[in-house]
Amino acid sequence: MTAQPRRRAALFVTCIVDQIYPDIGFAAAELLERQGVEVHVPRGLTCCGQMAFNAGFRDDAYAVAGRTIEILRNQGDVVLPSGSCGSMIRHLYHELFHGTRHATVAKELASRTYELSEYLVDVLGVTDVGARYNGVIAFHDACHGMRYMGLGRQARTLLNHVAGARIVALPGSDECCGFGGLFAIKQHQISEAMLHRKLMHIMECGCDLVVTSDASCMTQIAGGLSRSKSRVRACHLAEVLANRVKI
Amino acid sequence: MSSQTIAFVERVDGALHDPLLQTALERATTRFTSNRARAVADVDNFEALRNQARAIRAGALARLDELLVRLAENVERYGGHVCWAEDGAAARQYIIDLARQRGVRTIVKSKSMASEEIHLNEALEQAGLEVIETDLGEYIIQLAGETPSHIIAPAIHKTREQVRDLFVRHLGMEPTDDIPTMTRTARTVLRQRFLQADMGISGVNFGVANEGAIVIIENEGNARLTTTAPRIHVAIMGIERICESLDDLGVLLQVLARSATGQRLSVYTSIISGPRRPHEPDGPDEFHLVLLDNRRSEIIGGPYAEALMCIRCGACLNACPVYQSIGGHAYGGVYSGPIGAILTPLLQPEIPDAHKLPHASSLCGACEWACPVKIAIPDLLLRLRADAVKNGNYEVYEPLAMFGWRQVMTNPAFYRLGGKMASLGTRLLGWNGAVRWLPPPLDGWTKQRDFPPFAPKTFTELWEERKKQE
Repeated sequence: MTAQPRRRAALFVTCIVDQIYPDIGFAAAELLERQGVEVHVPRGLTCCGQMAFNAGFRDDAYAVAGRTIEILRNQGDVVLPSGSCGSMIRHLYHELFHGTRHATVAKELASRTYELSEYLVDVLGVTDVGARYNGVIAFHDACHGMRYMGLGRQARTLLNHVAGARIVALPGSDECCGFGGLFAIKQHQISEAMLHRKLMHIMECGCDLVVTSDASCMTQIAGGLSRSKSRVRACHLAEVLANRVKI
Repeated sequence: MSSQTIAFVERVDGALHDPLLQTALERATTRFTSNRARAVADVDNFEALRNQARAIRAGALARLDELLVRLAENVERYGGHVCWAEDGAAARQYIIDLARQRGVRTIVKSKSMASEEIHLNEALEQAGLEVIETDLGEYIIQLAGETPSHIIAPAIHKTREQVRDLFVRHLGMEPTDDIPTMTRTARTVLRQRFLQADMGISGVNFGVANEGAIVIIENEGNARLTTTAPRIHVAIMGIERICESLDDLGVLLQVLARSATGQRLSVYTSIISGPRRPHEPDGPDEFHLVLLDNRRSEIIGGPYAEALMCIRCGACLNACPVYQSIGGHAYGGVYSGPIGAILTPLLQPEIPDAHKLPHASSLCGACEWACPVKIAIPDLLLRLRADAVKNGNYEVYEPLAMFGWRQVMTNPAFYRLGGKMASLGTRLLGWNGAVRWLPPPLDGWTKQRDFPPFAPKTFTELWEERKKQE
């Protein structure tokens, strides 16, 4: 009997996780390692370039994303704990690199790029990661992952297997939290109005933990919860699945 | 002051602090989206219908010149007249000249976004003509001296109490909040006007090239009166609103009504080809079709051509969390919501801050998912943002910020240094794990939200430390 070659995946934690939430990165690594995946973090990875791309500064986005593409060349499966950065690579790199020397590489990279919950459920076939949380969880669908990567089902499957947790439906879970990158700052009034609707739904649904699979949405929601002194907390999907949410 | 002279940020501020508007928006967009969801679920495979509608729209745009010529030839064959209007001025002049030549004094109008786009009412009134809007929503905003705030529901921003006050003031109605009474009041006034009018001006939902016909859908019956009672009917049609055949029309009507109001079909669908024939009892003596270009032919074949597939259903407005928050007037142009954020900079670049509209989006994609012809609205918004930057339209701090960001993100040493500085800065500003104040231009974040401090050590650093230990 020949041993199956060990699956290897490059973990691209994204700039926000790298700089602000290293715990989410370790949670993601742990989830993959527990499934027997050999996780490696390519040296020098920083950012997918979405911030500048969304702001319209395509030259700057091109410089950053072009470098990222080079670093991720020949790295096998690439897994990100973010549907937004994931969809930047899978959906928008096509537009950014269209007609440039990176076009082919970008397309090839898109074909082996996955969001974490997608990788766990659809590629590795996992449904139960052995997590436990004694409380009430609501899941917020992050827009880009949901619409441009087909995410949502995978995270719910994983959450439904968290021992001790009761999962409640978040009304309007597919409505944007109002983050939107620089939108949150440049159009902060509109962003705040959207956040307030999201917070209202979170309060209504009776959860004590709101889970999402994007650190950016999590920052928006947690920032609003913290400012309004709510007892509800927000965390990244990887954190609750890797038992890193302290009670 | 009209919404078209105020800066975007002030328009947004006004909208967010208008409690009546907020109430009206929530009621209306919730009703629209739930009705649409029901109507979509009612079809076996709405997705297939969307794909079909998209293919029809793409095909029509690809052969626009040919189809327009065929439409015009057929319209003329039925005894109608065609005006090829290069811009708003040409369209306005044609209609004013026609009215003068025919001794027109009173004009009734049914809903037309193209006429709003070229500010037709103002021009007609300045030419001494009396213009009466006959769509109830349009009539309400005409009385209020406002512009439409929604593509299909122009008075969506008005509550019933505001409408009552308008009717009491302008129509002498006895004060009442009873909607049937208010509707009856408007109907009585408008009936008189239909009978008086010498000219009826309508919009066009679709032109059907093979039939030389225009199609108008509506729920009130006022468009049917507008196009039949007066002796002259003028229809204004954006050149892109064309399809080839009645078969194509059938598909488009299905997705339009479902997406717009959640109906299977609108109450009235009028297919009009030419003026009254000698053997027909009703209809106008003259029919004029104004084909409005107004920058559309410049868009064809370019990066924004897809926006011309729009069939003006308004589904993207109802689905958009930004529109739900600020309503239509804040956008400043005639077309609002996500599609308006694309169309306004392209068709009405003179609107103040038009280049800022593409930024009025979190890029959540709800619009693209609601669109019956699957226009990739967020992708087009992103292109417009890139164009704005190329044209020098950005915040003063942005080029420097982007330059700095680029250096940090492409140079590991700067990346580490930048991270350390951000970590130090946010920890100094923070208290109990939350930053409650950030300096400009980041202060927008902390007005109503806390920000987390940057970590003392990045994931990358900690990961490398772990690897060394192993």
